[in-house]
Amino acid sequence: MTGPVELRVDRDRCAGSGMCALTAPEVFDQDDEDGRVLLLDARPPAGPAATAAREAAGLCPAGAITARPGPEGGQRWSRPTPGGVR
Amino acid sequence: MPQEPVRLPHERAAGCPFDPPPGLAPLRDRRPLTRMRYPDGHVGWLATGHATVRAITADPRFSSRYELMHPPLPGGPDGPLPPAPVGDLTGMDAPEHTRYRRLLAGRFTVRRMRRLADRVERITTRHLDAMERRGPALDLVEAYAHPVPALMICELLGVPEAEQDLFIRRSATVFDPGSSPEEQVAAYIRLTECVRELVVAKREHPTDDLLGDLTGTDLTDEELAGIGGFLLAAGLDTTAAMIGLGTFAVLTHPGQAAALRAGPESADRAVEELLRYLSIAHTGARTALEDVTVDGQLVRAGETVTLAIGAANRDPARFPDPDTLDLDRRATGHLAFGHGAHQCLGQQLARVELRVALPALFTRFPSLRLAVPPEEVPLRVNTSVHGLLRLPVTWDER
Ligand code: HEM
Ligand code: SF4
Repeated sequence: MTGPVELRVDRDRCAGSGMCALTAPEVFDQDDEDGRVLLLDARPPAGPAATAAREAAGLCPAGAITARPGPEGGQRWSRPTPGGVR
Repeated sequence: MPQEPVRLPHERAAGCPFDPPPGLAPLRDRRPLTRMRYPDGHVGWLATGHATVRAITADPRFSSRYELMHPPLPGGPDGPLPPAPVGDLTGMDAPEHTRYRRLLAGRFTVRRMRRLADRVERITTRHLDAMERRGPALDLVEAYAHPVPALMICELLGVPEAEQDLFIRRSATVFDPGSSPEEQVAAYIRLTECVRELVVAKREHPTDDLLGDLTGTDLTDEELAGIGGFLLAAGLDTTAAMIGLGTFAVLTHPGQAAALRAGPESADRAVEELLRYLSIAHTGARTALEDVTVDGQLVRAGETVTLAIGAANRDPARFPDPDTLDLDRRATGHLAFGHGAHQCLGQQLARVELRVALPALFTRFPSLRLAVPPEEVPLRVNTSVHGLLRLPVTWDER
Protein backbone atom coordinates (compact mmCIF):
# COMPACT_ATOMS: atom_id res chain seq x y z
CA MET A 1 0.00 0.00 0.00
CA THR A 2 1.41 3.41 -0.92
CA GLY A 3 1.31 6.18 1.65
CA PRO A 4 -0.82 9.32 1.73
CA VAL A 5 -0.18 11.91 -0.95
CA GLU A 6 -0.26 15.70 -1.11
CA LEU A 7 -1.35 17.12 -4.46
CA ARG A 8 -1.01 20.42 -6.25
CA VAL A 9 -2.40 21.33 -9.65
CA ASP A 10 -1.25 24.08 -11.97
CA ARG A 11 -4.34 25.13 -13.89
CA ASP A 12 -2.32 27.39 -16.19
CA ARG A 13 -0.58 24.35 -17.60
CA CYS A 14 -3.65 22.09 -17.70
CA ALA A 15 -4.70 21.01 -21.21
CA GLY A 16 -8.08 19.62 -20.18
CA SER A 17 -7.22 16.11 -21.37
CA GLY A 18 -9.23 14.44 -18.62
CA MET A 19 -6.59 11.81 -17.88
CA CYS A 20 -6.71 12.69 -14.18
CA ALA A 21 -10.50 12.49 -13.91
CA LEU A 22 -10.42 9.20 -15.81
CA THR A 23 -7.72 7.69 -13.62
CA ALA A 24 -8.61 9.03 -10.16
CA PRO A 25 -12.24 10.22 -10.25
CA GLU A 26 -12.42 10.55 -6.48
CA VAL A 27 -9.60 13.06 -6.51
CA PHE A 28 -9.92 15.00 -9.79
CA ASP A 29 -12.76 16.43 -11.81
CA GLN A 30 -12.90 18.85 -14.74
CA ASP A 31 -14.46 22.28 -15.11
CA ASP A 32 -17.52 22.09 -17.37
CA GLU A 33 -16.59 25.40 -18.99
CA ASP A 34 -12.99 24.95 -20.07
CA GLY A 35 -12.28 21.33 -19.22
CA ARG A 36 -9.51 22.23 -16.81
CA VAL A 37 -8.69 20.20 -13.72
CA LEU A 38 -10.53 20.64 -10.42
CA LEU A 39 -8.84 19.20 -7.38
CA LEU A 40 -11.47 17.53 -5.20
CA ASP A 41 -9.13 16.19 -2.57
CA ALA A 42 -5.66 17.65 -2.09
CA ARG A 43 -4.63 15.07 0.53
CA PRO A 44 -6.02 11.64 -0.19
CA PRO A 45 -5.09 9.32 2.68
CA ALA A 46 -3.12 6.15 2.04
CA GLY A 47 -5.22 3.80 -0.05
CA PRO A 48 -6.55 3.29 -3.55
CA ALA A 49 -7.38 6.98 -4.09
CA ALA A 50 -3.80 8.02 -3.29
CA THR A 51 -2.42 5.31 -5.56
CA ALA A 52 -4.67 6.41 -8.41
CA ALA A 53 -3.79 10.08 -7.82
CA ARG A 54 -0.07 9.26 -8.10
CA GLU A 55 -0.72 7.42 -11.33
CA ALA A 56 -2.72 10.37 -12.66
CA ALA A 57 0.17 12.73 -11.88
CA GLY A 58 2.45 10.51 -13.94
CA LEU A 59 0.00 10.35 -16.84
CA CYS A 60 -0.91 14.04 -17.02
CA PRO A 61 0.19 15.14 -20.50
CA ALA A 62 0.78 18.71 -19.40
CA GLY A 63 2.80 18.11 -16.23
CA ALA A 64 0.13 20.02 -14.35
CA ILE A 65 -0.10 17.73 -11.31
CA THR A 66 2.54 17.44 -8.60
CA ALA A 67 2.27 14.64 -6.10
CA ARG A 68 4.49 14.32 -3.07
CA PRO A 69 4.30 12.19 0.04
CA GLY A 70 1.53 13.49 2.27
CA PRO A 71 1.71 14.06 6.00
CA GLU A 72 1.68 10.77 7.84
CA GLY A 73 -1.69 11.77 9.25
CA GLY A 74 -2.96 8.29 9.85
CA GLN A 75 0.04 7.49 11.94
CA ARG A 76 0.26 10.71 13.85
CA TRP A 77 -3.18 10.23 15.23
CA SER A 78 -3.14 6.50 15.56
CA ARG A 79 -2.70 5.15 19.03
CA PRO A 80 0.41 3.27 19.89
CA THR A 81 -0.36 -0.42 19.69
CA PRO A 82 0.55 -2.71 22.52
CA GLY A 83 4.14 -3.68 22.13
CA GLY A 84 4.81 -0.46 20.24
CA VAL A 85 4.74 -2.02 16.78
CA ARG A 86 4.76 0.88 14.26
CA MET B 1 29.94 10.07 -32.72
CA PRO B 2 28.75 11.19 -36.18
CA GLN B 3 25.98 9.08 -37.64
CA GLU B 4 24.78 8.74 -41.18
CA PRO B 5 21.19 10.11 -41.17
CA VAL B 6 18.55 7.45 -41.86
CA ARG B 7 15.43 7.66 -44.03
CA LEU B 8 12.11 7.11 -42.29
CA PRO B 9 11.22 3.41 -42.48
CA HIS B 10 7.56 3.54 -43.42
CA GLU B 11 6.61 0.25 -45.04
CA ARG B 12 4.92 -2.36 -42.91
CA ALA B 13 6.03 -5.95 -43.40
CA ALA B 14 3.76 -8.18 -45.51
CA GLY B 15 1.63 -10.36 -43.27
CA CYS B 16 2.12 -8.10 -40.21
CA PRO B 17 -0.81 -5.68 -40.50
CA PHE B 18 -0.59 -4.62 -36.85
CA ASP B 19 3.13 -4.03 -36.48
CA PRO B 20 5.02 -0.80 -37.09
CA PRO B 21 7.43 -0.79 -40.05
CA PRO B 22 10.15 -3.31 -39.17
CA GLY B 23 12.94 -0.81 -39.78
CA LEU B 24 12.00 1.20 -36.67
CA ALA B 25 12.75 -1.29 -33.89
CA PRO B 26 16.49 -1.68 -34.63
CA LEU B 27 16.83 2.12 -34.67
CA ARG B 28 15.00 2.41 -31.36
CA ASP B 29 17.09 -0.34 -29.82
CA ARG B 30 20.28 1.46 -30.79
CA ARG B 31 19.21 4.91 -29.57
CA PRO B 32 15.79 6.49 -29.08
CA LEU B 33 16.66 9.64 -31.07
CA THR B 34 18.32 9.20 -34.46
CA ARG B 35 19.48 11.59 -37.17
CA MET B 36 17.05 11.48 -40.08
CA ARG B 37 17.24 12.74 -43.67
CA TYR B 38 13.93 14.19 -44.91
CA PRO B 39 12.74 13.86 -48.52
CA ASP B 40 13.27 17.61 -49.06
CA GLY B 41 16.92 17.29 -48.00
CA HIS B 42 16.48 18.58 -44.45
CA VAL B 43 18.50 16.72 -41.84
CA GLY B 44 16.49 16.45 -38.65
CA TRP B 45 15.62 13.68 -36.24
CA LEU B 46 13.54 10.57 -35.69
CA ALA B 47 12.29 9.76 -32.18
CA THR B 48 11.45 6.11 -31.58
CA GLY B 49 11.68 5.66 -27.78
CA HIS B 50 8.70 6.05 -25.47
CA ALA B 51 10.40 8.39 -22.99
CA THR B 52 11.85 10.48 -25.83
CA VAL B 53 8.55 10.96 -27.68
CA ARG B 54 6.91 11.81 -24.37
CA ALA B 55 9.58 14.34 -23.44
CA ILE B 56 9.48 16.10 -26.82
CA THR B 57 5.68 16.34 -26.98
CA ALA B 58 5.57 17.70 -23.42
CA ASP B 59 8.16 20.40 -24.17
CA PRO B 60 6.82 23.79 -25.35
CA ARG B 61 10.19 24.51 -26.98
CA PHE B 62 9.00 22.12 -29.68
CA SER B 63 6.44 23.67 -32.01
CA SER B 64 3.44 22.07 -33.70
CA ARG B 65 3.13 24.71 -36.40
CA TYR B 66 2.84 23.08 -39.79
CA GLU B 67 4.74 25.85 -41.54
CA LEU B 68 7.84 24.91 -39.52
CA MET B 69 7.67 21.20 -40.39
CA HIS B 70 9.59 19.29 -42.99
CA PRO B 71 7.35 16.47 -44.24
CA PRO B 72 8.83 13.09 -43.24
CA LEU B 73 7.48 11.10 -46.18
CA PRO B 74 8.07 11.45 -49.91
CA GLY B 75 5.15 12.90 -51.85
CA GLY B 76 4.74 15.92 -49.58
CA PRO B 77 5.54 19.47 -50.65
CA ASP B 78 9.18 20.34 -51.25
CA GLY B 79 9.91 22.22 -48.07
CA PRO B 80 7.73 23.29 -45.18
CA LEU B 81 3.98 22.70 -45.18
CA PRO B 82 1.37 25.45 -45.48
CA PRO B 83 0.15 26.80 -42.13
CA ALA B 84 -2.81 25.19 -40.35
CA PRO B 85 -6.21 26.06 -41.83
CA VAL B 86 -8.63 27.89 -39.54
CA GLY B 87 -9.86 25.58 -36.79
CA ASP B 88 -7.06 22.99 -37.06
CA LEU B 89 -5.71 22.81 -33.52
CA THR B 90 -2.96 20.31 -34.20
CA GLY B 91 -0.99 22.81 -36.26
CA MET B 92 -0.91 25.70 -33.79
CA ASP B 93 1.09 26.74 -30.73
CA ALA B 94 0.15 28.68 -27.60
CA PRO B 95 -1.43 31.19 -27.21
CA GLU B 96 -3.73 30.62 -30.26
CA HIS B 97 -3.86 26.92 -29.48
CA THR B 98 -4.66 27.50 -25.80
CA ARG B 99 -7.57 29.74 -26.69
CA TYR B 100 -9.22 27.14 -28.93
CA ARG B 101 -8.38 24.31 -26.60
CA ARG B 102 -10.03 26.00 -23.60
CA LEU B 103 -13.10 26.88 -25.62
CA LEU B 104 -13.46 23.24 -26.67
CA ALA B 105 -12.13 21.12 -23.81
CA GLY B 106 -15.15 21.76 -21.60
CA ARG B 107 -17.25 19.99 -24.23
CA PHE B 108 -15.09 16.84 -24.10
CA THR B 109 -14.71 16.21 -20.37
CA VAL B 110 -14.75 12.69 -18.97
CA ARG B 111 -18.09 13.40 -17.30
CA ARG B 112 -19.79 14.79 -20.40
CA MET B 113 -18.50 11.97 -22.58
CA ARG B 114 -19.71 9.33 -20.11
CA ARG B 115 -23.16 10.83 -20.46
CA LEU B 116 -22.99 9.98 -24.16
CA ALA B 117 -22.58 6.27 -23.41
CA ASP B 118 -26.35 5.71 -23.68
CA ARG B 119 -26.41 7.20 -27.14
CA VAL B 120 -23.48 5.09 -28.25
CA GLU B 121 -25.35 2.07 -26.93
CA ARG B 122 -28.48 2.99 -28.83
CA ILE B 123 -26.58 3.50 -32.05
CA THR B 124 -24.56 0.28 -31.72
CA THR B 125 -27.67 -1.75 -30.89
CA ARG B 126 -29.43 -0.41 -33.95
CA HIS B 127 -26.51 -1.35 -36.20
CA LEU B 128 -26.05 -4.77 -34.63
CA ASP B 129 -29.77 -5.44 -35.14
CA ALA B 130 -29.40 -4.46 -38.77
CA MET B 131 -26.43 -6.79 -39.17
CA GLU B 132 -28.42 -9.64 -37.70
CA ARG B 133 -31.28 -8.97 -40.08
CA ARG B 134 -28.96 -8.89 -43.08
CA GLY B 135 -27.24 -12.07 -41.97
CA PRO B 136 -23.69 -13.18 -42.74
CA ALA B 137 -21.43 -12.41 -44.43
CA LEU B 138 -20.82 -8.68 -44.67
CA ASP B 139 -18.27 -5.88 -44.58
CA LEU B 140 -17.91 -4.73 -40.99
CA VAL B 141 -16.42 -1.37 -41.96
CA GLU B 142 -19.51 -0.34 -43.91
CA ALA B 143 -22.01 -1.99 -41.53
CA TYR B 144 -20.54 -0.92 -38.19
CA ALA B 145 -17.05 0.56 -37.89
CA HIS B 146 -17.77 3.64 -40.02
CA PRO B 147 -21.43 4.50 -39.25
CA VAL B 148 -21.20 4.25 -35.45
CA PRO B 149 -18.53 6.96 -34.95
CA ALA B 150 -20.01 8.98 -37.82
CA LEU B 151 -23.38 9.15 -36.08
CA MET B 152 -21.69 10.04 -32.79
CA ILE B 153 -19.89 12.97 -34.41
CA CYS B 154 -23.22 14.06 -35.90
CA GLU B 155 -24.80 13.96 -32.44
CA LEU B 156 -21.89 15.83 -30.92
CA LEU B 157 -21.89 18.59 -33.52
CA GLY B 158 -25.67 18.71 -33.68
CA VAL B 159 -26.29 17.62 -37.26
CA PRO B 160 -30.09 17.31 -37.60
CA GLU B 161 -31.28 13.72 -38.02
CA ALA B 162 -32.65 14.35 -41.49
CA GLU B 163 -29.19 15.33 -42.72
CA GLN B 164 -27.16 12.64 -40.97
CA ASP B 165 -27.38 10.13 -43.81
CA LEU B 166 -26.00 12.60 -46.28
CA PHE B 167 -23.23 13.54 -43.84
CA ILE B 168 -22.20 9.95 -43.44
CA ARG B 169 -22.14 9.25 -47.16
CA ARG B 170 -20.02 12.31 -47.81
CA SER B 171 -17.64 11.52 -45.01
CA ALA B 172 -17.30 7.96 -46.36
CA THR B 173 -16.08 9.42 -49.67
CA VAL B 174 -13.65 11.76 -47.93
CA PHE B 175 -11.95 8.91 -46.07
CA ASP B 176 -12.22 6.24 -48.73
CA PRO B 177 -8.76 5.87 -50.29
CA GLY B 178 -10.59 4.08 -53.12
CA SER B 179 -12.11 7.34 -54.32
CA SER B 180 -9.92 9.68 -56.34
CA PRO B 181 -8.20 12.67 -54.70
CA GLU B 182 -10.55 14.94 -56.68
CA GLU B 183 -13.60 13.11 -55.33
CA GLN B 184 -12.18 13.29 -51.82
CA VAL B 185 -11.49 17.00 -52.01
CA ALA B 186 -14.91 17.69 -53.53
CA ALA B 187 -16.64 15.65 -50.80
CA TYR B 188 -14.66 17.43 -48.10
CA ILE B 189 -15.56 20.83 -49.51
CA ARG B 190 -19.24 19.88 -49.58
CA LEU B 191 -18.93 18.59 -46.05
CA THR B 192 -17.42 21.82 -44.71
CA GLU B 193 -20.11 23.73 -46.58
CA CYS B 194 -22.68 21.64 -44.69
CA VAL B 195 -20.96 22.53 -41.43
CA ARG B 196 -20.96 26.20 -42.36
CA GLU B 197 -24.68 26.14 -43.12
CA LEU B 198 -25.21 24.39 -39.82
CA VAL B 199 -23.30 27.12 -38.01
CA VAL B 200 -25.38 29.85 -39.62
CA ALA B 201 -28.61 28.02 -38.69
CA LYS B 202 -27.43 27.55 -35.12
CA ARG B 203 -26.51 31.18 -34.74
CA GLU B 204 -30.15 32.02 -35.46
CA HIS B 205 -31.60 29.19 -33.38
CA PRO B 206 -29.00 28.02 -30.85
CA THR B 207 -29.31 24.32 -29.99
CA ASP B 208 -27.97 22.27 -27.12
CA ASP B 209 -24.95 20.73 -28.81
CA LEU B 210 -21.31 21.58 -29.44
CA LEU B 211 -21.76 23.97 -32.37
CA GLY B 212 -24.89 25.46 -30.82
CA ASP B 213 -22.99 26.16 -27.60
CA LEU B 214 -19.99 27.60 -29.36
CA THR B 215 -22.11 30.19 -31.15
CA GLY B 216 -22.29 31.77 -27.69
CA THR B 217 -18.53 32.43 -27.68
CA ASP B 218 -16.52 35.02 -29.62
CA LEU B 219 -15.61 32.52 -32.35
CA THR B 220 -16.46 33.68 -35.86
CA ASP B 221 -18.56 31.64 -38.30
CA GLU B 222 -15.42 30.83 -40.24
CA GLU B 223 -13.69 29.58 -37.09
CA LEU B 224 -16.73 27.54 -36.09
CA ALA B 225 -17.02 25.92 -39.50
CA GLY B 226 -13.29 25.19 -39.44
CA ILE B 227 -13.51 23.64 -35.98
CA GLY B 228 -16.56 21.57 -36.96
CA GLY B 229 -14.85 20.27 -40.09
CA PHE B 230 -11.68 19.53 -38.15
CA LEU B 231 -13.51 17.61 -35.41
CA LEU B 232 -15.17 15.53 -38.07
CA ALA B 233 -11.84 14.82 -39.73
CA ALA B 234 -10.02 14.10 -36.46
CA GLY B 235 -12.73 12.04 -34.83
CA LEU B 236 -14.39 9.92 -37.47
CA ASP B 237 -11.68 8.21 -39.43
CA THR B 238 -9.63 7.47 -36.31
CA THR B 239 -12.39 5.87 -34.27
CA ALA B 240 -13.67 3.95 -37.31
CA ALA B 241 -10.14 2.63 -37.90
CA MET B 242 -9.87 1.53 -34.27
CA ILE B 243 -13.16 -0.40 -34.46
CA GLY B 244 -12.23 -2.04 -37.77
CA LEU B 245 -8.57 -2.79 -37.13
CA GLY B 246 -9.29 -3.63 -33.47
CA THR B 247 -11.85 -6.23 -34.50
CA PHE B 248 -9.39 -7.64 -37.06
CA ALA B 249 -6.71 -7.91 -34.36
CA VAL B 250 -9.00 -9.64 -31.88
CA LEU B 251 -10.25 -12.08 -34.53
CA THR B 252 -6.70 -13.09 -35.43
CA HIS B 253 -5.47 -13.53 -31.83
CA PRO B 254 -7.25 -16.59 -30.47
CA GLY B 255 -8.54 -16.31 -26.92
CA GLN B 256 -8.40 -12.51 -26.77
CA ALA B 257 -12.11 -11.85 -27.35
CA ALA B 258 -12.88 -13.12 -23.85
CA ALA B 259 -11.41 -9.95 -22.31
CA LEU B 260 -13.99 -7.87 -24.18
CA ARG B 261 -16.85 -9.92 -22.79
CA ALA B 262 -15.63 -10.04 -19.18
CA GLY B 263 -17.27 -6.86 -17.88
CA PRO B 264 -16.52 -3.14 -18.06
CA GLU B 265 -13.21 -3.09 -16.19
CA SER B 266 -11.76 -5.80 -18.35
CA ALA B 267 -13.13 -4.15 -21.51
CA ASP B 268 -11.61 -0.80 -20.51
CA ARG B 269 -8.20 -2.45 -20.12
CA ALA B 270 -8.63 -4.24 -23.44
CA VAL B 271 -9.39 -0.98 -25.24
CA GLU B 272 -6.21 0.68 -23.87
CA GLU B 273 -4.16 -2.28 -25.03
CA LEU B 274 -5.70 -2.17 -28.51
CA LEU B 275 -4.93 1.56 -28.67
CA ARG B 276 -1.31 0.87 -27.71
CA TYR B 277 -0.81 -2.17 -29.88
CA LEU B 278 -2.38 -0.70 -33.02
CA SER B 279 -1.21 2.93 -32.63
CA ILE B 280 -3.29 3.92 -35.63
CA ALA B 281 -2.13 7.58 -35.53
CA HIS B 282 1.39 6.28 -36.01
CA THR B 283 3.50 9.32 -36.85
CA GLY B 284 3.71 12.85 -35.49
CA ALA B 285 6.14 15.73 -35.84
CA ARG B 286 7.51 18.75 -33.96
CA THR B 287 10.09 21.40 -34.82
CA ALA B 288 12.51 22.88 -32.29
CA LEU B 289 12.03 26.61 -31.70
CA GLU B 290 15.42 26.87 -29.96
CA ASP B 291 18.37 24.58 -29.32
CA VAL B 292 17.25 21.78 -27.00
CA THR B 293 19.25 18.90 -25.59
CA VAL B 294 17.29 15.65 -25.76
CA ASP B 295 18.75 12.35 -24.58
CA GLY B 296 22.17 13.97 -24.56
CA GLN B 297 21.93 15.09 -28.19
CA LEU B 298 21.60 18.65 -29.38
CA VAL B 299 18.50 19.34 -31.47
CA ARG B 300 19.05 22.71 -33.10
CA ALA B 301 16.43 25.41 -33.63
CA GLY B 302 14.57 24.76 -36.88
CA GLU B 303 15.19 21.01 -36.93
CA THR B 304 12.13 18.77 -37.31
CA VAL B 305 11.70 15.67 -35.17
CA THR B 306 9.49 12.89 -36.54
CA LEU B 307 7.69 11.04 -33.75
CA ALA B 308 7.33 7.30 -34.40
CA ILE B 309 4.39 6.75 -32.07
CA GLY B 310 3.92 3.14 -33.15
CA ALA B 311 7.52 2.29 -32.29
CA ALA B 312 7.35 4.23 -29.00
CA ASN B 313 4.28 2.21 -27.98
CA ARG B 314 6.30 -0.97 -28.62
CA ASP B 315 9.27 0.20 -26.54
CA PRO B 316 10.39 -2.69 -24.32
CA ALA B 317 11.75 -0.14 -21.82
CA ARG B 318 8.14 0.88 -21.14
CA PHE B 319 6.00 -2.18 -21.93
CA PRO B 320 7.26 -5.69 -21.20
CA ASP B 321 6.91 -8.05 -24.16
CA PRO B 322 5.68 -5.11 -26.25
CA ASP B 323 4.98 -6.95 -29.50
CA THR B 324 2.46 -9.26 -27.86
CA LEU B 325 -1.19 -8.26 -27.90
CA ASP B 326 -2.37 -8.97 -24.36
CA LEU B 327 -5.80 -7.53 -23.67
CA ASP B 328 -5.37 -8.23 -19.95
CA ARG B 329 -2.30 -6.04 -19.54
CA ARG B 330 -2.37 -2.51 -18.13
CA ALA B 331 -1.38 -0.44 -21.14
CA THR B 332 -2.07 3.01 -19.68
CA GLY B 333 0.67 5.47 -20.39
CA HIS B 334 0.65 4.60 -24.10
CA LEU B 335 1.03 7.43 -26.57
CA ALA B 336 -1.76 6.47 -28.99
CA PHE B 337 -3.52 9.78 -28.25
CA GLY B 338 -0.24 11.71 -28.21
CA HIS B 339 1.09 13.59 -25.19
CA GLY B 340 1.54 17.20 -24.10
CA ALA B 341 -0.72 20.17 -24.76
CA HIS B 342 -2.02 18.63 -27.99
CA GLN B 343 -2.97 15.26 -26.53
CA CYS B 344 -6.14 14.15 -28.27
CA LEU B 345 -9.04 16.37 -27.35
CA GLY B 346 -11.57 13.69 -28.29
CA GLN B 347 -9.92 10.81 -26.45
CA GLN B 348 -12.64 10.48 -23.83
CA LEU B 349 -15.27 10.29 -26.57
CA ALA B 350 -13.18 7.72 -28.44
CA ARG B 351 -12.85 5.68 -25.24
CA VAL B 352 -16.60 5.71 -24.61
CA GLU B 353 -17.27 4.66 -28.22
CA LEU B 354 -14.72 1.86 -28.19
CA ARG B 355 -15.68 0.63 -24.71
CA VAL B 356 -19.25 0.23 -25.89
CA ALA B 357 -18.86 -0.75 -29.55
CA LEU B 358 -16.22 -3.50 -29.30
CA PRO B 359 -17.72 -5.49 -26.39
CA ALA B 360 -21.22 -5.16 -27.89
CA LEU B 361 -20.02 -6.62 -31.19
CA PHE B 362 -18.29 -9.62 -29.64
CA THR B 363 -21.16 -10.25 -27.24
CA ARG B 364 -23.82 -10.15 -29.95
CA PHE B 365 -21.82 -12.36 -32.33
CA PRO B 366 -19.80 -14.83 -30.24
CA SER B 367 -18.93 -16.82 -33.36
CA LEU B 368 -17.72 -13.75 -35.31
CA ARG B 369 -14.81 -14.60 -37.60
CA LEU B 370 -13.11 -13.46 -40.78
CA ALA B 371 -14.85 -14.42 -44.02
CA VAL B 372 -11.54 -14.38 -45.93
CA PRO B 373 -7.97 -15.41 -45.05
CA PRO B 374 -6.27 -12.64 -43.01
CA GLU B 375 -3.83 -11.80 -45.80
CA GLU B 376 -6.79 -10.92 -48.05
CA VAL B 377 -8.11 -8.19 -45.74
CA PRO B 378 -7.36 -4.97 -47.65
CA LEU B 379 -5.33 -2.50 -45.58
CA ARG B 380 -4.91 1.19 -46.16
CA VAL B 381 -1.36 1.96 -47.09
CA ASN B 382 0.58 5.19 -46.65
CA THR B 383 -2.20 7.03 -44.87
CA SER B 384 -1.57 9.08 -41.74
CA VAL B 385 -4.12 6.93 -39.90
CA HIS B 386 -3.55 3.19 -40.20
CA GLY B 387 -6.65 1.11 -40.86
CA LEU B 388 -8.40 -1.15 -43.28
CA LEU B 389 -10.61 -0.68 -46.31
CA ARG B 390 -12.99 -3.57 -45.69
CA LEU B 391 -13.34 -6.29 -43.10
CA PRO B 392 -15.32 -9.23 -44.49
CA VAL B 393 -16.76 -11.09 -41.50
CA THR B 394 -19.18 -13.93 -40.97
CA TRP B 395 -20.83 -15.75 -38.06
CA ASP B 396 -23.14 -18.70 -37.31
CA GLU B 397 -26.80 -17.84 -37.40
CA ARG B 398 -28.76 -19.10 -34.43
C1 HEM C 1 -9.25 6.22 -31.33
C2 HEM C 1 -9.46 7.34 -31.90
C3 HEM C 1 -8.50 8.50 -31.92
C4 HEM C 1 -7.12 8.50 -31.98
C5 HEM C 1 -6.18 7.32 -32.03
C6 HEM C 1 -6.71 9.90 -31.96
C7 HEM C 1 -5.38 10.32 -31.97
C8 HEM C 1 -4.99 11.63 -31.81
C9 HEM C 1 -3.61 12.06 -31.66
C10 HEM C 1 -2.39 11.16 -31.66
C11 HEM C 1 -3.61 13.41 -31.52
C12 HEM C 1 -2.40 14.32 -31.25
C13 HEM C 1 -1.89 15.00 -32.46
C14 HEM C 1 -0.66 15.83 -32.16
O1 HEM C 1 -0.02 15.72 -31.11
O2 HEM C 1 -0.29 16.61 -33.04
C15 HEM C 1 -4.99 13.84 -31.60
C16 HEM C 1 -5.41 15.16 -31.55
C17 HEM C 1 -6.73 15.54 -31.67
N1 HEM C 1 -7.84 14.72 -31.74
FE1 HEM C 1 -7.83 12.71 -31.72
N2 HEM C 1 -7.82 10.69 -31.90
C18 HEM C 1 -8.93 9.88 -31.86
C19 HEM C 1 -10.25 10.27 -31.78
C20 HEM C 1 -10.68 11.58 -31.74
C21 HEM C 1 -12.06 12.00 -31.62
C22 HEM C 1 -13.26 11.07 -31.46
C23 HEM C 1 -12.07 13.37 -31.69
C24 HEM C 1 -13.18 14.37 -31.61
C25 HEM C 1 -14.40 14.21 -31.88
C26 HEM C 1 -10.68 13.80 -31.81
C27 HEM C 1 -10.26 15.11 -31.89
C28 HEM C 1 -8.95 15.53 -31.81
C29 HEM C 1 -8.56 16.91 -31.80
C30 HEM C 1 -9.48 18.12 -31.85
C31 HEM C 1 -7.16 16.93 -31.71
C32 HEM C 1 -6.26 18.15 -31.68
C33 HEM C 1 -5.95 18.51 -30.26
C34 HEM C 1 -4.94 19.64 -30.12
O3 HEM C 1 -4.13 19.85 -31.03
O4 HEM C 1 -5.00 20.31 -29.10
N3 HEM C 1 -9.87 12.69 -31.84
N4 HEM C 1 -5.80 12.74 -31.76
S1 SF4 D 1 -4.51 15.14 -16.70
FE1 SF4 D 1 -3.39 17.08 -16.56
S2 SF4 D 1 -3.90 18.16 -18.45
FE2 SF4 D 1 -5.38 16.53 -18.25
S3 SF4 D 1 -7.13 17.50 -17.21
FE3 SF4 D 1 -5.85 16.56 -15.63
S4 SF4 D 1 -4.46 18.19 -14.96
FE4 SF4 D 1 -5.36 18.86 -16.90
